[in-house]
Amino acid sequence: MASETFHTPNFNKINDFFFDIGNLAGFSGRVLRQVFQKPAEYREFLRQSYYAGYKSLPLVGITAFILGLVLTLQTRPVLAELGAEAWLPGMVVVSIVREIGPVITALIFAGRVASGFGAELSSMRVTEQIDAMEVSGINPLKYLVVTRVFAATLMVPLLVIYSDTIALFGSYLGVNLQSSVSFALFFKNAFDSVNFYDIAPATIKTFFFGFAIGIISCYKGYHSNKGTEGVGLAANSAVVSSSVAVFIIDLAVVQITELIL
Amino acid sequence: MNEDKNNTEVISIKGLSKSFNGVSVLSGVNLCLHPAENLAVLGRSGMGKSVLLKCIVGLVYPDEGSISVFGNEITEAGETKLNEIRQNTGFVFQSAALYDSMTVKENLLFTIEHNHRTMPDETKEQLIDETLESVGLANVANKYPLELSGGMRKRAGLARTLVLKPRIILYDEPTTGLDPFTSREISELILEVKKKYQASAIIVTHDMTCARIASDRIMILHNGRFIAEDTFNNLKKSKTAEVMEYFVN
Repeated sequence: MASETFHTPNFNKINDFFFDIGNLAGFSGRVLRQVFQKPAEYREFLRQSYYAGYKSLPLVGITAFILGLVLTLQTRPVLAELGAEAWLPGMVVVSIVREIGPVITALIFAGRVASGFGAELSSMRVTEQIDAMEVSGINPLKYLVVTRVFAATLMVPLLVIYSDTIALFGSYLGVNLQSSVSFALFFKNAFDSVNFYDIAPATIKTFFFGFAIGIISCYKGYHSNKGTEGVGLAANSAVVSSSVAVFIIDLAVVQITELIL
Repeated sequence: MNEDKNNTEVISIKGLSKSFNGVSVLSGVNLCLHPAENLAVLGRSGMGKSVLLKCIVGLVYPDEGSISVFGNEITEAGETKLNEIRQNTGFVFQSAALYDSMTVKENLLFTIEHNHRTMPDETKEQLIDETLESVGLANVANKYPLELSGGMRKRAGLARTLVLKPRIILYDEPTTGLDPFTSREISELILEVKKKYQASAIIVTHDMTCARIASDRIMILHNGRFIAEDTFNNLKKSKTAEVMEYFVN
């Protein structure tokens, strides 16, 4: 039939997408309600913070150092052509603090931690461990999800501060590979270029990045239902969806900041 | 708990129906469980036996019907009430569902710590040792689930349930995947647990030997409905074709 040759939009996928968004909102609401219920799962929260935060330090540190170094090496020729080499530390620090540091760190975190959260919860769902908790009078949402979501929410901002600092050291090395600038002068130039309005929105958005990564990855794992295949799908989908969420939040924060400041 | 002292049923199910994607799994099921009674629910795979158990503990929400546990309606219970009921209703999963990142002992300790937060450490230790001893696992307390055999995992799953001293235990296929000897040991263990803990139990199984050894009464679930209910010996004499099928071998 002629009508079959037309490429019609797949409304089922669109429906599923909005259905998923609705479910995610409901799930977030349930998670936030659990936060205020006693008793708090401090020990599990600290354990998750250790795995999500402390264990991410090497990867985030190496990436940030290389990022600062490369950014400096690639920006330098352009600025040299314009005779504005003195602006190099300032330009690099603004780029890192406002945009590159938070986004790259959040993406690394999504790759390392969201996949772990998604796979772990999904595997627990498949092997009925989550059901076992529920029937033993243990609240799995509070023990497994709230602790992970809040560990991610707190660890991403801390990792971003750490990553920004390391990236500046990378940049300092980049500057000194082709010229000689003292440590004090480099950091004076760098910090003279940033103000409160550069730092505050960039820091605030990292809490949203962390929350989004935590909640999306836990949602994907907690609601996994396709057996062993579902574990892989949950891990993959946790990384993809939380990475997309990071970009969407970044865009929204930039627009809101532009309007307010 | 709203338990009526004159009520002799610890679980009472009336007109329970459940379907998934339009396929009916349970249709109008009625069941009652008496104190200190082991009831076996016998049926082939896919007949809705596990769904029945999951409805009892509120893991699956029924489409129709009522489920009363200790006089409390599960379908109307809020989160707090449901947790209270669950603390008295142990569930032994077919796969044991042990927390694989914890040792056997930690599995038990985790369950105790979340249900009895004020219990002194020595009492917890003593309770764990006693429970592991009662299921014959005292020597593997520090092993991880992956290091255990299938039978040991089932025992560990039972120990994790017993540690809360439940008044009802729901066994989901307790002997599936085990060799005949281990299967018999588990069936005898279920009987021992009944004697020692005076708990009622529903044993969902398709293993006739387990049903014969461990149960006081058997109900046969076929196509979402109970088609027969009696003791093992009486059911064996049944002339109904569908019931006879189970006793052919």
